[in-house]
Amino acid sequence: MRSRIVKSLSIAAFAASLAACSSVPLDESQSGSGAGTGAGTSTGQVMDPFNPQSPLAQQRSVYFEFDSYVVPDQYRNVVEMHSSYLSNNGQQRIVIEGNTDARGGAEYNLALGQRRSDAVARMMTLMGVRTDQIETISFGKERPKAHGNTEADYAENRRADIVYQR
Amino acid sequence: MTTVIPAIKTMHRSWRACLFGLLLLAIGMFAAGTAHAQLRVDISGVGATQYPIAIADFSGDPKGQLISEVIRADLTRSGQFRLINATGTALDAESTVDHESWHGRGADYIAYGSVTQAGGQYTVSYRLANVIHKSQMDGVAFNGSEKELRRIAHQIADRIYEKITGVRGVFSTRLAYVVQKNNTHELQIADADGQNPQVMLRSKHSIISPAWSPDGSKLAYVSFESGKPVVYVQTLSTGERFPIANFKGNNSAPAWSPDGQQLAITLSRDGIAQIYTINADGSGLRRVMRSPLIDTEPFYTPDGSGLVFTSDRSGSPQIYRVPVSGGNASRITFNGSYNISPALSPDAKELVYVTRRDGAFRIGLQNMGTGAEQLLTDGPDDESPSFAPNGMQILYSSIQGGRSVLAVVSTDGRVRQTLSTLDGKVREPTWGPFTN
Repeated sequence: MRSRIVKSLSIAAFAASLAACSSVPLDESQSGSGAGTGAGTSTGQVMDPFNPQSPLAQQRSVYFEFDSYVVPDQYRNVVEMHSSYLSNNGQQRIVIEGNTDARGGAEYNLALGQRRSDAVARMMTLMGVRTDQIETISFGKERPKAHGNTEADYAENRRADIVYQR
Repeated sequence: MTTVIPAIKTMHRSWRACLFGLLLLAIGMFAAGTAHAQLRVDISGVGATQYPIAIADFSGDPKGQLISEVIRADLTRSGQFRLINATGTALDAESTVDHESWHGRGADYIAYGSVTQAGGQYTVSYRLANVIHKSQMDGVAFNGSEKELRRIAHQIADRIYEKITGVRGVFSTRLAYVVQKNNTHELQIADADGQNPQVMLRSKHSIISPAWSPDGSKLAYVSFESGKPVVYVQTLSTGERFPIANFKGNNSAPAWSPDGQQLAITLSRDGIAQIYTINADGSGLRRVMRSPLIDTEPFYTPDGSGLVFTSDRSGSPQIYRVPVSGGNASRITFNGSYNISPALSPDAKELVYVTRRDGAFRIGLQNMGTGAEQLLTDGPDDESPSFAPNGMQILYSSIQGGRSVLAVVSTDGRVRQTLSTLDGKVREPTWGPFTN
């Protein structure tokens, strides 16, 4: 009897939690934590990582060459943009997720993806972001964005993503 | 069945309930769920030596035929036996064997026996005879329920294998592997012949690197269910599990020490991937060494004193060895520019690994004494090699004909078998230990 009550309560809690999940992004994208300094640039863009229109939300990937863990020059601006926002918003935390293409072992790719996220993190700390604002992780080859086996698919997956934490 | 429901009573904060709800959505946990599809077995090649043996249908009960078929299939898969036709032979455990006649048919050995059943309990009596020496080599009786008859047959095959080859059989051991279908990942264990697959964990996220505890009672593995790689240890009999390593950054590549008291793991908590040891209860984390580049995929030497591991400290991934207590690492592999996923044979004399040659990922075997290397497979995408606990075969994952399969190759490279499922990708296999 008791276990049935617990069970129905927990089902209700589960349903409530799902409802909460789906409502969270809507609530937060409006009031957002991006109201801090750094909002607005010379080009008049909104600097809010939780606003889908903001370059902070749109440009958050760094792509790498095959077998390379050096942030290419053309992505330096992207890293600079995020570093500037994070330096001005010291309470904001991010996770940098490293990814690799599908070739090779799962564990070694995990370590390689980590080198990519670390490379972005190192550049950010040199640009003034505190290390405790950043967690670097890797998905290795486990979460491919492109699922094919062409060179273009591989290139799409050699990537580090900057993900803002709420 | 593990029940996680009571825990939700303590979840007052909505974000915790939310997280928990997602977790429930993401993962189905089973103490022992039965998987849908059995693995199909294909064999090619024969061993350098093939022992000719007749396996008579065990008499006395219709189940006797099943037992004989399992024994025949086991011995055939090893590639080390040639089956002599014994159709129509009426022998029970007490029969007198006509050695001359069986020798005349080409057999050196004959196995036979009988099955009796009383109240749902079966007794399986088995005999093994050498028809050249006209001697009985083995005789034993097993008891069990109908469900245990396959296991009993595997145990008989193990005894036959050991009596004739002098090497312990692995037919009653188990395999662990991950099946990926659509967006579902299942950690499964199955008998060494691919039968009786059981789902240990089902998740929407990747599961990699399963590792058996030395006594076969637990699996450590890496699950991405929480949004990043975390190492769990799960007890197979109960389904209970706990995160043994959930530090900042990545947690991965678990390997058990031979005494089961600790694990080696790879963590990126201090930056780049580095190797640590941790007690089996999650206490006593210790960094093994400091390296400026990637160290990962630790594997204990059979005596427990050292680790072999993958590192790219030389500019390309190669395999090294280091004492568990730390100190200087020595390089083991020198051929090619990509050697990863090391595992040592139980006698520590051979190292198996994945090597990339001309763009193909192949399984390599290196003699630890001489350094001589043999490429056991052709690729193009062979991964995750592990030794059978008797050191005679290597299990790995492979892409064959566009399908992902589990494959087994004998350490002399002569005998190959594949275990394939009809649906989904099979990956990250690892061969379990002896358990009896």
